[in-house]
Amino acid sequence: MDKTWNNKAWFLVLPVLVLVAFTAVIPLMTVVNYSVQDTFGNNVFFWAGTEWFEELLSSSRFWEAMVRNLVFSFIILAIEVPLGIFIALNMPKKGWGVPVCLVLMSLPLLIPWNVVGTIWQVFGRNDIGLLGYYVNALGIDYNYVQDPFDAWVTIIVMDVWHWTSLVVLLCYAGLVSIPDAFYQAAKIDGASRWAVFRYIQLPKMQRVLLIAVLLRFMDSFMIYTEPFVVTGGGPGNSTTFLSIDLVKTALGQFDLGPAAAMSLVYFLIILLLSWVFYTVMTNYDAER
Amino acid sequence: MARIDVNHVRHSYLPNPQKDADFALREVHHIFEDGGAYALLGPSGCGKTTLLNIISGLLHPSHGQLLFNGRDVTNLSTQERNIAQVFQFPVIYDTMTVYDNLAFPLRNRGVPEADVDRKVRETLEMIDLASWAKKKARGLTADQKQKISLGRGLVRSDVNAILFDEPLTVIDPHMKWVLRSQLKQLHRRFGYTMVYVTHDQTEALTFADQVVVMYDGGIVQIGTPAELFERPRHTFVGYFIGSPGMNVMPVAIDGKTATLGSQRIELPGAPKAGGGAIELGIRPEYVRLGRDGMAVSISKVEDVGRHKVVRAKLEGRDIAAVIGEDETVPAEPKVRFDPAGINIYADSWLVDMGRVEMGVA
Repeated sequence: MDKTWNNKAWFLVLPVLVLVAFTAVIPLMTVVNYSVQDTFGNNVFFWAGTEWFEELLSSSRFWEAMVRNLVFSFIILAIEVPLGIFIALNMPKKGWGVPVCLVLMSLPLLIPWNVVGTIWQVFGRNDIGLLGYYVNALGIDYNYVQDPFDAWVTIIVMDVWHWTSLVVLLCYAGLVSIPDAFYQAAKIDGASRWAVFRYIQLPKMQRVLLIAVLLRFMDSFMIYTEPFVVTGGGPGNSTTFLSIDLVKTALGQFDLGPAAAMSLVYFLIILLLSWVFYTVMTNYDAER
Repeated sequence: MARIDVNHVRHSYLPNPQKDADFALREVHHIFEDGGAYALLGPSGCGKTTLLNIISGLLHPSHGQLLFNGRDVTNLSTQERNIAQVFQFPVIYDTMTVYDNLAFPLRNRGVPEADVDRKVRETLEMIDLASWAKKKARGLTADQKQKISLGRGLVRSDVNAILFDEPLTVIDPHMKWVLRSQLKQLHRRFGYTMVYVTHDQTEALTFADQVVVMYDGGIVQIGTPAELFERPRHTFVGYFIGSPGMNVMPVAIDGKTATLGSQRIELPGAPKAGGGAIELGIRPEYVRLGRDGMAVSISKVEDVGRHKVVRAKLEGRDIAAVIGEDETVPAEPKVRFDPAGINIYADSWLVDMGRVEMGVA
């Protein structure tokens, strides 16, 4: 039997193509265009070749921001993942406590990012902030505006407060999917609490944990709003992450060429890391 | 191995049970003899899994006592009772190898590694998985996984009992048969006390020496497969065991004669029925189809392979009869009841007819 070709079907795909073109492809190509040119204003452009890329990759400012970003991601993962697992393990599995816990856990996730930033910005101020005032009253010198260490602590605590819930909710979903028979069998086998965690709960959470790590890594690697609102990248450049640096270059200094080059490198890094995670995940699936 | 005494055990899942209906397990009083193979048979929700979980200690009974070899274990934890249990869905530790899965219960109890190795190797031989020892457990088929669940019980040679909670539900039909005969073999060789919960009568009747039939939170009959078939103590046992189940019809009794509508049926003895609703029960295997007896109208004939099941109407009531594969249905069909297969029930419970039983204890 001959296949019927009906090209009208293309019209059904067209809206998506147009949408993707205007939201992703065209802006991206504009950035590519900027990254290889220089301008002195008035919409006059000169060919610059790979100059901006070379400059970017040899600039210490870029690498410093990158290192800061990686350290930040590493720290918040090291805190949020174990903490999230711990909270999920201790959440009730049935009864009235379940909805209460779930709502409490979802609250931070429902707050807009710049509001989270504002909350902590005020919370940590040592003149009127509840946290900042009392920490200083306890005799601890805390000032996130002047001390880089205090600024980092503030941003990390804020991120943990904001995002640990996500890890908790994902882990909790993994945990409640474990049938009771597994726990009963473990009791019969005489397994300790640790053995139950290591051989039943952790393996069942492995997939959701992978997703949690992926999401948290990508999000923290792209973090912008919260540190921008709280510290504005300071004191000095101590909390200037890649995205903040990028915005400073593009909108602050209006250096379109270098900013475009930076965007592309940034994009490629995220793409590369996503591919790594994807490969790890699919390999893991294939192994099953 | 142990003798298990279940002493007047009642259980309710409600915090404050008042009425009888609040109890998932009304009252069970029974002794599981050391080394016996028992099946708990009953429909879903009859309390058989509840009873099993009470024996294993996963549930604490609301009332009553549990003894292992005469020792009160009612308040002991599952671990302290030292029993093994195989669940409906195979429970395996995904990330471990088959070997480590079997070693797990021993290592948890601090058994020296040399003994662990010896025991695990023995068990792997017993459950026929020796060549899989180094494989990850998650790649196995459902029946192999279920064997591992079983193996984790067998590996501890000192277990008091092995409990099975519908263990063959997720196993393919042909593997069911294989696993069942392996279980039977293990039981014969090692003499474990085994309690097997199922709602499948074939499984119960082939596995067990003693079948405990449960209905609505209580035990209705305990007996050998033959007893359950010949002399169901309760009409429920009659319906539930056998395929098709027993024919039960309301009758009036006068001495050694039962009256069903306009038909009179001779009984093998005079039932000592005091009162209540009187019923006559007869298995389809004892209903003889022929040219003399009570007239019936045939509704349909089902050929199930080994025999035929004839569905008919007798005095306006449905009745089933089993005839041989080669037999045919006569033109003017009539039925007779073989006196050996006639049982009389008052309020659903079997009534003694004072007959001498042959071959049935």
